[in-house]
Amino acid sequence: MGVAITLRDVTVSYREDVALRRVSLEITEGEMVGIVGPNGAGKTTILTVVNGLGRLLHGEANVLGCRMQAGRRGRDFRLSNAARRMRVRIGFVPQGQNVDPRLPVNVREAVMIGRYGRIGPGRHPKREDWRLVDELIDLVGMTPLAERPFGHLSGGEQQRTAIARALAQEPQILLLDEPTASLDWRSRQEILELMHRIHRDRGLTTLLVSHDPRETFDLCNRVVLMRQGSVYAFGPPEQALSDANIQEVYGKSPLCCHGDGHDHRHERADGEEAGGNGRI
Amino acid sequence: MGVFEYQFMQHALLAGLLGGIACSLVGVFVVSMHLSFIGVCLSHAAFAGAIIAMFFGFNPVAGAFVFSLGAAAAIGPLADRGDFNPDASLGIMFSLMLGLSFMFLGLMEGPKTQALGLMWGSILTVTQEHLILLAVVAFLVLGTVSLLFKEVQAVIFNREIALAVGLPATWILYGLLILTGLTVTASLQPIGGLLIFSLILNPAAAAYQLTYSLRKLFILAGCFGVLSCWMGLALAYLFNLPSGATIVVFSTLIFLVCNLFSPKRRFKQLRETEGASINA
Repeated sequence: MGVAITLRDVTVSYREDVALRRVSLEITEGEMVGIVGPNGAGKTTILTVVNGLGRLLHGEANVLGCRMQAGRRGRDFRLSNAARRMRVRIGFVPQGQNVDPRLPVNVREAVMIGRYGRIGPGRHPKREDWRLVDELIDLVGMTPLAERPFGHLSGGEQQRTAIARALAQEPQILLLDEPTASLDWRSRQEILELMHRIHRDRGLTTLLVSHDPRETFDLCNRVVLMRQGSVYAFGPPEQALSDANIQEVYGKSPLCCHGDGHDHRHERADGEEAGGNGRI
Repeated sequence: MGVFEYQFMQHALLAGLLGGIACSLVGVFVVSMHLSFIGVCLSHAAFAGAIIAMFFGFNPVAGAFVFSLGAAAAIGPLADRGDFNPDASLGIMFSLMLGLSFMFLGLMEGPKTQALGLMWGSILTVTQEHLILLAVVAFLVLGTVSLLFKEVQAVIFNREIALAVGLPATWILYGLLILTGLTVTASLQPIGGLLIFSLILNPAAAAYQLTYSLRKLFILAGCFGVLSCWMGLALAYLFNLPSGATIVVFSTLIFLVCNLFSPKRRFKQLRETEGASINA
């Protein structure tokens, strides 16, 4: 297995705030890596760096062979053609956003947008493209809503559509930015199950940003625990998300107080001490 | 109908056809990407450019062209930056352009008929050169919409997602802004600098009420644009009204009627009553 993503000493800043501080990571092909941490820890920024949309102040990122180096005054790769070609191979599911309900795009068209980078300018989607799109809509369980305007969907339905669109790219890397944020419990479970199935069946290199460490615990091979723009721990979930690390980063154990306010302390085997703490 | 035998009327009808198509198609980008204020800025920049060029004895069309392109280049990065609201900078640009126009208008000596004509427009005195310019711009706009339909659709859907699937979304946005600037420049003489933007906004906003299909949106907007120009022209001729203003008022009427019969309005009402019954 080769290396899919390397970040070396990456520093990113938005205006005055430093969003990432000297972050180095190496992610192997086919791995599912969770990125967790409190708000503002720089989780989403890691995804933007991988996608060539973050402003690199220092360091370099190497993604699928595309090398992105920081310039002297910070640099993003929005206009770069090499980064554009790289993005064709990276499926991206952004955080749920407010969508204009009158938007003139339906679910099938929204998923087809994922093919556009591959199809290329001046050409139209072919029958095979539509067939693939319909298969993916079926995979995410959206077939009954395929003709519905995108703006009329619920949050969970929009996320399913976004996952289908990302897969329509036939990507080598999948980036998921809090795909379950602001969803109800049932939609969350369904989306998590869907991501698990996709990763199992397709073996895509996947980065999953989550505000809830529990979500990544069972799903991911390794977890990056972020704090204030730096990597606090990186390793297998039971190491990186050890009680001591969680305590240190969140101030209190999220296994007891995070999310829906219920006591989940006993969901894990009581008192089980994870080996090592994965600190780096 | 002897009136159609006059060359000025034939020119006016042709200008209405070309201008109506160019303005309303560009309007679809502007309306569905929520860039209305940016469009207003561009049209005032073109107006200021034309007045300043006239003051210095240059061709007003050249001045309008340079200024609207300059404004598009300045506004592009503002519009592309999603992380802050460019309202204040746009407001400053808008008022500066209006200020420059009136300043140079005040500095002009002698009768200001030609300069004031640019403000109100006069479709009945369109020259052959204006028609050629309008035809070129209308052809460019139509060409962009048909050749780059899927790219335009993706950028309208969501610019960050268009970038993420590997489309040069930032370049496409700049291209659309420049196209808007060109359309404004070419329509300055027939419709007038202060009125042009309603012809861009109204037909597209009217069509936006009626359909969820982008293809139909372009077709409907084009029809409404030409209808506004021709009906405005006819009413102006019959009742001896200023042509540009009549066109704009008629296009607003079309918008109001469409808004009244909009199925999207029904959807909104339905959602509100559903919400109310759930809350009850």
